[in-house]
This record gives sequence, C-alpha cells and structure tokens, in this order.
Amino acid sequence: MATENTQPADSKFTPFNIVTGIILVIGGILTILRFTQGIGAVTNLDNNNPWGIWIGFDLLCGVALAAGGYVTSAACYIFGFKRYHSAVRPAILTAFLGYALVVFALHYDVGRPWRLPYPIFYSQGTSSLLFEVGLCVFLYLTVLFVEFTPAAFEWLGLKKIREVVVKLTMILTIFGVILSTLHQSSLGALFMIAPSKLHPLWYSGYLHVYFFVSSMFAGMSMVIFEGTLAHRWLSHKMDDTHHHEAPGVAFGFAKAASLIMMGYLCIKIIGIAMDNNWHYLATGWGAWFLVELIGFVAFPAILYAMGSREQNMLMVRWAAVWTVLGIVLNRLNISIVAFNYHLPSADRYIPSIMEIGTSVFIVTVGIVVYRFITTRMPILYEHPDYKTH
Amino acid sequence: MDTIFYTLQDFMIFTKGITYIIMGGILVFMPLFWCFLTQRDED
Repeated sequence: MATENTQPADSKFTPFNIVTGIILVIGGILTILRFTQGIGAVTNLDNNNPWGIWIGFDLLCGVALAAGGYVTSAACYIFGFKRYHSAVRPAILTAFLGYALVVFALHYDVGRPWRLPYPIFYSQGTSSLLFEVGLCVFLYLTVLFVEFTPAAFEWLGLKKIREVVVKLTMILTIFGVILSTLHQSSLGALFMIAPSKLHPLWYSGYLHVYFFVSSMFAGMSMVIFEGTLAHRWLSHKMDDTHHHEAPGVAFGFAKAASLIMMGYLCIKIIGIAMDNNWHYLATGWGAWFLVELIGFVAFPAILYAMGSREQNMLMVRWAAVWTVLGIVLNRLNISIVAFNYHLPSADRYIPSIMEIGTSVFIVTVGIVVYRFITTRMPILYEHPDYKTH
Repeated sequence: MDTIFYTLQDFMIFTKGITYIIMGGILVFMPLFWCFLTQRDED
C-alpha cells in the first residue's frame, strides 16, 4: 500500500491525461453549444423521440450500473458478509459518482435545468412515477454522499464528525436499499405508460420487476469490473486486506450474479408466456431480443457459474464485462431501439455525434473524479488511524 | 402461436396454462442449477 502518489512528477503528459484532456475540451465546447444554442442544436431529439441517449445511456445505464453501492453495502452490513467489507467503499464511491453524473447529465437533457429541484421543493406530482424516481434519486444521492463522507473525513482528519457518520452506517444502508428498490423498479415502470410505443417483446406488465432484478446483477458485475480496472491501474493504492479479499468478492458476487441472472432469465420467459408473445420470436425483432436474452444474460450467467465453480478469475472478469454490456444493451433496447418501433425509418431516432460526444464527456468526468478521489482518499485501503473500523 | 382466442378467459386459460408448465420446469431447473453452482463448495 502507498498513501502517496508514487508517479514521478514529470509524468503529467501521459496517454491517459492527453486523451482525457482532449475529451474534456471537446465536452466543454459541446456544453457551451448546448447551453447557448439550445437542446436542438446538439441533439437529434424531436417530438417523436424526446428521450435520447442522454436518458437511455447516461440515466438508465448510469442508475443500473451504480446499483453496486446498495448491493455491496447490503451484502456487508445487512446480510453480514463481512468478507466483502473492502469492496464497500469503492462500490459506494462508484454509486455516488454514478448518481451524481446522472443528475449532471439531466442538466443537459431537460429544457430548463434550473427547475430540476421544482418536483421536490415546489410542485410535487405525487401521482407521477417520474416524481417518485426524482425523489428517490435526490434522496439516494444524499444518502450515498453521506455514506461516502467517512473516507473524506479520514482524509481531512476530521475524527469526531467521522465517528458520528460511521454510527449511521446501518440506517443509511437500509434507507439506501429501500430507495434503490423503489427507483430502480420505477425507471422500468416509466415505460409501462407507453404500451403502444414499446415493442411487445420488451414491454411487459413486469417491466418494473425486470429493471429491479437486473439492477442487482448489474451492480455486482460493475463491482467486479471496477475492481478489475482498479487492480490494473490503482494496485499501488491498495492495502494487503484489499488484495487479499478481492478474489473472494469477485467469486462471491459471480455466484450470486449467476443465480440472479438465471432467475431473471426465467421471469423474462414467464413474461413472454403471460403476454403470449411467442410468435414475435420468429421475427427480426425476436432475433434481436434473443441476442439480448441468450447472448447477454444466459451466456454470462453460465460463464459466471463456471468461473465461480472453477475459481477462474479470467472467466469471471469476462462475464462481468459481458453483463455490463448486456445491461447497456437492454436499457438502450427499451428506451431507444425497440421504442417507437412502428415509426418509419426516416422518423427513427439516431443520436447525433454531439450527443454521443457529450455522453463520452460525462463518463470521462466520472473517471477523472474517481481517479482524483481514489489517489487521495482511503477508498482502496484502510486509513492507518482507523484500522479498527 | 396460431391459437385463436374468442374471449379473455380463453386467453387467460391458455397463457396461464403455458406459464404453469414453464414454472414447473423452473422449479426443477433452478435447484439443479444451484447444485451445479455450489457443488465444488462442499469439496
């Protein structure tokens, strides 16, 4: 473990820094364009397609992949799997940054971003699912921020206030799980308002269940995936405990994810049966649906199971990457690809290069902030002054 | 499937019948999958 940056001082112009710098400059230009020229200047959104990749990717994928926070903290503090303790802080940080970036991305997507607090503080639409999502994301972002603060307090040396926050860990974890259950499912339920727009293979009365269940293995996969990247690039920041516990976290989560993914596969098949949608499977849409279900759910579930059985870390890591891609594919299918499927191809939504650039910029901001925090605060190692916790 | 449904009840009986058969299959499959997943743990 090392608590100081071990990189030489003259290594500022690394390939990572150069590429990141270019993306941030382009993102800055796109941001100026978005907020001076309006949303129409940088997007291909229209009245048929008011939600594009800023919702489909930045929000839906961001929220699903940030589920690692509630999954890991619930496993460690509620279910008592203390062997996953070293994974909690990185998972909480990833979740916090994920949700913060979701709110950041929303500022680009909504017409009048300064009114984002209105549903919470001014005009509550209590019969709206979107209000419930907004309220939960607002509250959960606050919870994640509070859960993250002990690391910042340890870094700043604020022992007393850290002690107070640490005592709130259990209540914050429970609150986080409740809020995640609510809004992860509600994001799926949002699409239940449009049964005529979403293709029947993706539309279901169980859409909210699908979103919640898939968020669990999305979160676990993200923890494994992020752990892999951290071991590759930030290994010098990890202590012995982290190094020692990492394989156990990966194999434990792989086993859990495999079981949940098989359960998810089963309820998806039940969904097809309940709506009698079997005949759609023989169409082009059906082929694409099967690619998602077999290629990105069943296949990584088996890969996870075999990796867990054989204790094969490479297999587990590939399964995690594959599952993360599968979640992105599922959310994009529901929000973009299979949405408005009946429209002629000329009216279909294809994101503009500037929309994609903005999304890349937002993800890059997340990576930069994650790197900034993990190289300074005790995220991947225990602070020597607080070892007992 | 080419089954013609004249009433909602026809539809419900058909889809629920298929669903129950699938659920029976799941009840057999999931414990087997659990055994496959945890088999090496006991060694």
